[in-house]
Amino acid sequence: MRGWRSFDGWVDALSQVMARPLRAGLTGFSVAWGVFMLVLLLAAGDGLENAMRWNYRDDAINSIWLQSGRTTQAHAGHPKGRRISLDDGDVELVEALPESGHVTGRYIPPGDTRIAHGSRVSTFDIRSTHPDHKHLEGTQLITGRFISERDLEQRRKVAVIGRRVATFLFPDTRPEAPELVGAEVRVAGIVFTVVGVFADEGGEREESIVYLPITTAKAAFGGRDHIDQLMFTVGPPELDAASLAAADRAIASVRTGIAARHGFSPTDRAALRVRDRVHAYADVQAVFVWLRRFTWMVGLGTVLAAMVGVGNTLLISVKERTRELGLRRALGARRSDLVGMVLQEALLLVSVAGWGGLVAGVGLVELVRRNLSEDNGYLRDPDIDLLSVGVAVVAIVVSGVLAGVVPAWRAAAIPPVVALQDE
Amino acid sequence: MTTPLIHLRALDKTYRTGGRPLHVLRSLDLDIGAGESVAIVGSSGSGKSTLLNVIGLLDEFDSGTYLLDGRDAQGLDDATAARMRNELLGFVFQSFHLLPDKDAVDNVALPLVYRDTPRRERMDRARQMLARVGLGDRLDHLPSQLSGGQKQRVAIARALVTEPRVLLADEPTGALDSSTSREILALLDEIVADGKTLVLVTHEAEVAARMQRTIRLHDGSIVDGGD
Repeated sequence: MRGWRSFDGWVDALSQVMARPLRAGLTGFSVAWGVFMLVLLLAAGDGLENAMRWNYRDDAINSIWLQSGRTTQAHAGHPKGRRISLDDGDVELVEALPESGHVTGRYIPPGDTRIAHGSRVSTFDIRSTHPDHKHLEGTQLITGRFISERDLEQRRKVAVIGRRVATFLFPDTRPEAPELVGAEVRVAGIVFTVVGVFADEGGEREESIVYLPITTAKAAFGGRDHIDQLMFTVGPPELDAASLAAADRAIASVRTGIAARHGFSPTDRAALRVRDRVHAYADVQAVFVWLRRFTWMVGLGTVLAAMVGVGNTLLISVKERTRELGLRRALGARRSDLVGMVLQEALLLVSVAGWGGLVAGVGLVELVRRNLSEDNGYLRDPDIDLLSVGVAVVAIVVSGVLAGVVPAWRAAAIPPVVALQDE
Repeated sequence: MTTPLIHLRALDKTYRTGGRPLHVLRSLDLDIGAGESVAIVGSSGSGKSTLLNVIGLLDEFDSGTYLLDGRDAQGLDDATAARMRNELLGFVFQSFHLLPDKDAVDNVALPLVYRDTPRRERMDRARQMLARVGLGDRLDHLPSQLSGGQKQRVAIARALVTEPRVLLADEPTGALDSSTSREILALLDEIVADGKTLVLVTHEAEVAARMQRTIRLHDGSIVDGGD
């Protein structure tokens, strides 16, 4: 039997490759190195992207954050330099937008931020919010509940405390223990009842916070209708094609509406500072799309360069074996047999070396992944997915065949009588 | 003679060298019957090797008729020409053309690869053929471990392993000393005696004299020994 399924053909190809071990080794190394680098680049790109996602995990990526400032333009009879203060009317304005999803204000009580339980007292961040705040901050309750609408309506003195706060105030109780619900804590000297304990992927700093109902906090700490920050989501949690346009519309409406309410110019960026995480995240995503393309380009370029080396090696091999090829034609080989023979040699060389590079690359990536520090902010969980491995394998096989095509064609094109006379 | 195994009529072949035509075979007529042994002789450049290559389907001709075993050999596609070479023809070359990294058995078995013979059968037949040419004790030897005469015996075994109708030999003793040449010629005599057709190119009168017929070429034409 001859052709691709022929065992003898593969043995023949192997013996040809092994007959020149140094040449085959160097060529094979260039292929293996190309594939190895492709795998490393893909994994590094993946690790960087994962790190970026990780760094964005704290707050909702589809969120827009508003904070007031001072005007820089005179407008409607008002001088510039006026301080703008957001209020409950702005929250209602944002809630009325068709693009807005979850909406929350945030009021930070001024002055005393001591939190106490019994004799244990410490200073923690205090934030008073609306119930939707948990969606914007990615708050994960480990026991109890978050602030509710009824808490706001009835101005209940309830608190949701972070895991670190719970650990400090209740050192003998696990933070996820249900019995923490109902415990009393003093916030700036006022007694609040704990209704929930939360964790936050933002880390320890984000778990050192106490949340209060915004209405209660304003009443207790003199906030009146002032709010410090206003946040809302736009579209689905994972950005889609419509997210950017929706964010643009929402921001334009917010700037116009809030500017009209407070009497400043809608073009005055300093009067209302907008942090647009939708576009920020999309921009970073776009960078990673280009990075991924660049990675593939560089990686495949490296593989391609290696394949040119394979092609050259095979051309030399064909030249050296011209008389043998002529002899084979004389003995009954067809042109297609010679093409198959050279392609088999190319495929064998490329496959073995390519697989070697692939295994080495995947092995190194796995090693790095297992030993990478959790705190690493630049590279996180680098990996290459099955699709990428599949594409790499196909790239190896296709480029192996391509590398062999020219030498194979050359081999087949030599007339047998000419080949037999080759010196 | 009944239907000739090799039948050439008005065969012409021209090479172009530097834009000028070089007529290497001119209106050549030749019939060779089954079982004949024929020597093609002539001075250098007379066209004897070209004629052998055309007969062996290794080279094409420009015009005329060539019937090999009754089959028209003009304008054959690659696969048909390859199959006819494999089934009907065996080649012996002056410089042996053995594959250096294969042992004697693998070298002899090579033509059988191209007729899809199973490996075990290939090996058996190659061993038998090597035994027939007196190399039964050199089966595993590489060409570099064989003498010139032994290499040519391996080449002859390789030419015969497919049981071809015609054995084509191009200066089969050209690279051998006189003693070894005699051994090879004796072997070729045996092969002819077994009924094979032998066409060989030689410049040695002694070799030509052992053939049943000698064809002399001059400037691409048969000047003696044709039909």
